[in-house]
Amino acid sequence: MATTSQDPSLDPAQAALLARVEPAVLEEQALVTNNRDFNWVTNKICRIVETETPLWWWVCMAVALATAAFTGIGLLWLVSTGVGVWGLANPINWGWAIVNFVFWIGIGHAGTLISAVLCLLKQGWRTSINRAAEAMTIFAVVCAGIFPLFHVGRVWFAWWLFPIPNANGIWPQFRSPLEWDVFAVSTYGTVSVLFWYMGMIPDLGVLRDRAVQRLKAGLYGKGFSMQQAMDVFRKYLYGIFAMGWRNAGNHWRNYEMAYLILAGLSTPLVLSVHTIVSFDFALSVLPGWHTTIFPPYFVAGAIFSGFGMVLTLMLPLRALYGLHDLITQRHIDNMCKICLGTGSIVGYAYIMEFFIAWYGANPYESYAFINRAFGQYWWAYLMMFSCNVFTPQLFWFKKVRENAALVWVMSIFINVGMWFERFVITVTSLANDFLPSSWGYYSPTIVDIMTFFGTFGLFSVLFLLFLKFLPLMPIAEVKFVMPAADPHGAHGDDKGGKH
Amino acid sequence: MAKTYGMVASFPDTPAFFHAAEKVRDAGFKKWDTYSSFPVHGMPEAQGQARSKVPIFTFCGGITGFTLGTLLVWFMNSYDYPLIVGAQPFFSPVFPFPIMYELTILLSAFGTLGGMFLTNLLPQHYNPLFNNDRFLEVSGDRLVIAIEARDLKYDADSTRAFLEQIGGTDIEEVQV
Repeated sequence: MATTSQDPSLDPAQAALLARVEPAVLEEQALVTNNRDFNWVTNKICRIVETETPLWWWVCMAVALATAAFTGIGLLWLVSTGVGVWGLANPINWGWAIVNFVFWIGIGHAGTLISAVLCLLKQGWRTSINRAAEAMTIFAVVCAGIFPLFHVGRVWFAWWLFPIPNANGIWPQFRSPLEWDVFAVSTYGTVSVLFWYMGMIPDLGVLRDRAVQRLKAGLYGKGFSMQQAMDVFRKYLYGIFAMGWRNAGNHWRNYEMAYLILAGLSTPLVLSVHTIVSFDFALSVLPGWHTTIFPPYFVAGAIFSGFGMVLTLMLPLRALYGLHDLITQRHIDNMCKICLGTGSIVGYAYIMEFFIAWYGANPYESYAFINRAFGQYWWAYLMMFSCNVFTPQLFWFKKVRENAALVWVMSIFINVGMWFERFVITVTSLANDFLPSSWGYYSPTIVDIMTFFGTFGLFSVLFLLFLKFLPLMPIAEVKFVMPAADPHGAHGDDKGGKH
Repeated sequence: MAKTYGMVASFPDTPAFFHAAEKVRDAGFKKWDTYSSFPVHGMPEAQGQARSKVPIFTFCGGITGFTLGTLLVWFMNSYDYPLIVGAQPFFSPVFPFPIMYELTILLSAFGTLGGMFLTNLLPQHYNPLFNNDRFLEVSGDRLVIAIEARDLKYDADSTRAFLEQIGGTDIEEVQV
């Protein structure tokens, strides 16, 4: 019978009654199912990198490269002609470029949320998805960075954004939120890379050691062997980047401290990045942009869209690599619930904006919002509202969360809806500003469309390279949440199974 | 002539490994370490190690970043090229706060990663332990304790007997 600690001052009759109460044992679903052992985890993750590249990878790579070429062509067209080839025209001078920038930056936020915020909250389920989600963050920042970089017009002067002395002796202007954004996004990209790399050091050591083991065993047969040549490369390349990691207790002690601190640093960072992105809008005086709700609304939207993208990426990977024991139903459940939570916050923000527009009794503000929902861009607003507010509400139902194919389709809806949210915010406020005589209607050109379409290819190329050459999951962290890693035994008295 | 680096012993499971580490600590060894492919909860205490020094590096990085951010904006927008924008002051601690904030985080992160490398004495691409086949298996599931020969209490025979006594198997000497 389970023991309970009792207050000695308790009435004896009550104490006797309390002693008969048996606490319910709540079974927690394991994070690694089917009683797998450490070697199985190591082999499963390392073999993705070590074995022959599957055919689907080459097919996807070819498609991704062809898609990425569109960004290349779009940018070449833009630079060789001028920004006029984009659909920008007075009064709408922020179009798809800004929409795409905010969209991609938002995608990245789930990666940092999983690796940093969920680490601080001791959510063990983050372990099997955090590496891929961090990779997604970095690649999304790469895609995002392209747009403001080329939006400056003369891209060869883009370095003026950074505080580097130039021939004119002029420095950046730090009162502008656009300049803050330069610092926020470049810090975000850099810190994400540092965090990703540090998390990978022990796993790079594992790949190095496995290559050395195979080379020592010499199982390649006579003559030249491609596998042997690859293992020599692996031994040196992974070896160099593993920095001589030895899995020592002393290493782990400093590593775990550093990891925790980086998580603690990334948490305020990720919140600040989308806050500052929202300042790009909120610090203007334009109706529809000038609202104090923007920072939390943007951050929630970013996490929402990011988790949508994590589901879009991880569900096919789970099926392709047979990772069902590592990315379990519990993982999918949790991600769906986060989408539900953040999607509801986003929906609340949409409605609150309307309320404040009415309550503020400012005719321009009220008009901006009524125009947003029922004006010339009503179709975009409808798309945004239905995808972002109604779609995630289906995640209340367990039946929906357990249907992986349906969850995947819904994650696509979330991605689409969040792109439209940024479109609605950026374009509707600009198209109908204070003076009706200057109103306009914005449509993208073929160059806009090609450039944006291509970034999905660029993202996929980077992600496929990551899958091929780096460990998809943090092996050490997955092992850490397994019962066999508990120093007090899986069902010890002083400490139960890990969470 | 080959010189001895130390002695490695393997342990069957995490609890045995953890308790063996406590016994090595209590026996008074100083130059030794545990090796496992995942961090073991509570192992620093079991090894008698103090709290990690990494936060000191983080703090230094953060202070540097904050100061750098402040000086950067003051120098560029107020001292070197005073810029009049919207009748705002040339310098104030308010408007450049995002810059100070981001640079604090940026340099703290570099301090943390650098601190992790410095406290772990990395990069160190060669170590005699890498020559031992059993040590390489740590990357899979092997749990190893290694006692170095430079420890004052090290003695080939008595250390081997001690490692056997605390439950170690596959005990081997590692040469430099």
